[in-house]
Amino acid sequence: MASQEVYYVPDGSKWPIIATLALFTSFLGGAVWFNGGDIGKFILLIGLAAVTYMFYGWFKDVIKESLAGKYSKQVDVSFRMGMGWFILSEVMFFAAFFGALYYAREFSIPWLSGEGQGGHNGTHEFLWPAFQAAWPMNVMPDPSRYTQYTNVIPAFGIPALNTALLLSSGVTVTLAHWALQKNNRKSLCTWLAATVLLGIIFVGFQAYEYVHAHQALDLTLKGGIYGSTFYMLTGFHGFHVTMGALMLAVILYRSVKGHFSKKDHFAFEAVAWYWHFVDVVWLGLFIFVYWI
Amino acid sequence: MSTIAKDTHHDHEHKPTGLKRWFFSTNHKDIGTLYLIFALTMFFVGGAMAMIIRAELFQPGLQFVDPQFYNSMVTIHALVMIFGAVMPAGVGLANWMIPLMIGAPDMALPRMNNMSFWILPFAFALLLSTIFMQGGGPAGGWTMYPPLVLQTGDAFPFLIFAVHFLGVSSIMGAINIIATVFNMRAPGMSLMQMPLFVWTWVITSFLLIASLPVLAGAVTMLLTDKYFGTSFFSAAGGGDPVLFQHIFWFFGHPEVYILALPAFGIVSSIIPTFSRKPLFGYASMVYATASIAILSFFVWAHHMFTVGLPIKGELFFMYATMLIAVPTGVKVFNWMATMWKGSMTFETPMLFAVAFVILFTIGGFSGLMLGITPVDFQYHDTYFVVAHFHYVLLTGAVFALMAAVYYWLPKWTGHMYDERLGKIHFWLSAISANVLFFPQHFLGLAGMPRRIPDYNIQFADFNMISSIGGFAYGLTQLLFIYIVIKCALGGKKAKSVSWEGARGLEWTVPSPAPFHTFETPPKIRKEMLENG
Repeated sequence: MASQEVYYVPDGSKWPIIATLALFTSFLGGAVWFNGGDIGKFILLIGLAAVTYMFYGWFKDVIKESLAGKYSKQVDVSFRMGMGWFILSEVMFFAAFFGALYYAREFSIPWLSGEGQGGHNGTHEFLWPAFQAAWPMNVMPDPSRYTQYTNVIPAFGIPALNTALLLSSGVTVTLAHWALQKNNRKSLCTWLAATVLLGIIFVGFQAYEYVHAHQALDLTLKGGIYGSTFYMLTGFHGFHVTMGALMLAVILYRSVKGHFSKKDHFAFEAVAWYWHFVDVVWLGLFIFVYWI
Repeated sequence: MSTIAKDTHHDHEHKPTGLKRWFFSTNHKDIGTLYLIFALTMFFVGGAMAMIIRAELFQPGLQFVDPQFYNSMVTIHALVMIFGAVMPAGVGLANWMIPLMIGAPDMALPRMNNMSFWILPFAFALLLSTIFMQGGGPAGGWTMYPPLVLQTGDAFPFLIFAVHFLGVSSIMGAINIIATVFNMRAPGMSLMQMPLFVWTWVITSFLLIASLPVLAGAVTMLLTDKYFGTSFFSAAGGGDPVLFQHIFWFFGHPEVYILALPAFGIVSSIIPTFSRKPLFGYASMVYATASIAILSFFVWAHHMFTVGLPIKGELFFMYATMLIAVPTGVKVFNWMATMWKGSMTFETPMLFAVAFVILFTIGGFSGLMLGITPVDFQYHDTYFVVAHFHYVLLTGAVFALMAAVYYWLPKWTGHMYDERLGKIHFWLSAISANVLFFPQHFLGLAGMPRRIPDYNIQFADFNMISSIGGFAYGLTQLLFIYIVIKCALGGKKAKSVSWEGARGLEWTVPSPAPFHTFETPPKIRKEMLENG
């Protein structure tokens, strides 16, 4: 609870309504496109361009206000809470996909192979009696509707390397934070740059892995429940890493500009939290998607 | 000049004018008003759909609409009422009242607040436009179960994106409320001194943040199943349609409490005022609310007893569901104990609040019946379920929201509403809502299924009674609009303490509440607090 004598309430802003319109345009474009309307692609592009513009403009305003010293300690705490709870909501978003993975492995695949229900599993007996449980599930219950893949990505190859990369990037971002706390801007920028670089290499490896999986292994989104959970989890994670790397790059730019001080660097910390969050999600992915 | 720190040089009491005031707003009262007006509008949009449903069910046979359209009305009615009426009304009240109740100048993140409101009309534009599309609106029920929902026509991606968009709005609103309550309370107001309405909203916000992203994940999987060939919900690829139900209800059951908990908070403010006694068992109310919220994440499969769960699962979810009756019972007991030997008067807010306690409890009891696994096998997907959730949502949540509007209208507008008309509105609503929903218990017990426009002739009488109640309830709400508009335009001047027994910080500011309040933190004295 803050104890200052004066409250800060920001002025009205055009950005919230622009953000809403930009998101609306994107959703509208996406929906039209999914329905087969080619114009949808253009609407979607316009929407996403507007989203980008909105982020640029909104943050520019907030940074300007922050540098002008308008934000009190209390505002800083509100921002921190906002970021923290936003990250929790992201955790729950990933939880839905991890839940799907768990359910498929623990329940739906064993049941489809005839387990449970006292040995009288109708789906197994009447629809797909040949189906046998396996993980990775390389033979589908109904092979005519989904693509067969030859193999999956082994854990101790690129994924293990990527684990090392992301864990190191967690270290470098912490070193950057320590440098910031010592007011050592040069060291801060160096370690941040290293973090961004590790993030980019990670995304690069991930992209290479996707191409390999598609072309050499025939593993696609259509590859049954394994392909579905694999691409959904790694895809959303990869998207989050990309966003995180972009955010880190912005923070690097602002560090070079000297926006942060020993005491006042919420933006840095928020992005660092986000980066640790994608790191932890990756550990979950490495263990549950690739390894066991 | 007060000491509030502002960006601009002009006098802060000068309100922004015209469109800018509403589109660029960072004022919790303006945004709260927008939320409430939007919710009321959607209440009538969803209500109109309910009228179509009741008109079709007035007699057996197909009279007015074709089954596809009927089912789209059932689906969209639910989505509109949940995401467009009850939730926004709750957030609107939170916006208006939480800063006033905790002595804060505004919400913690006012710009995000504005965005979370403005998303709503655009998200509903996406959703409602589907009614006019090829293949009609979504008609697979608001629960969007695959594989049925995957057969939706052009409406499908619009439905999914509308749900995503609404989720964004709710999550931002929830984050804002949490930051406001934990960071903006006036110095000297401890958590256990907050009005219960504030408590229920904090807990609701946790539910929102933890459950809505899960819904977003679920509908994303629907989208990829339909357009990208994934097989999350297709057994042919190793998935399971039942998986969707698990994920959906992991969101869906907390969602039920997202609708109900703010109503508990409202009633916990109103009953002490008109009983002229402090709330009985304040601390136990807080703990009961938290218990209900935590339990709500462990009961989801009681919506799915008949899908063929393993028997251990059925038993676990049955017992966990029974457990919720304990904290709910604590609440009902405390409300009654608050009224016990109180010096009670029955102005309109109190009438709605007392009706809430009685009728919500009826809905709670039918919920208990539905929560018993073997019994649910008979009730599942019948009108008994429809009766149950309308008792908790209409005579429960909506009655509490009506109570809240009457209770705080004087604070918002500076005028007292017309008490005589308010009482008429209450009695007509209470009677017609029971005529509308009580017979549906009998219909359900006798086996009438939900979501079907035609029915066996044996159900004709009760359906006709129910429809008459429905039309009466619908018409009665027009009176509500009239009362609210009349009160906004004029009427007896409201005092700053608008009700004799009212306590709490919101009554220390003038009526109507000025554009900016608590620009400097108020000095809290114990007698100012609602639960001092």
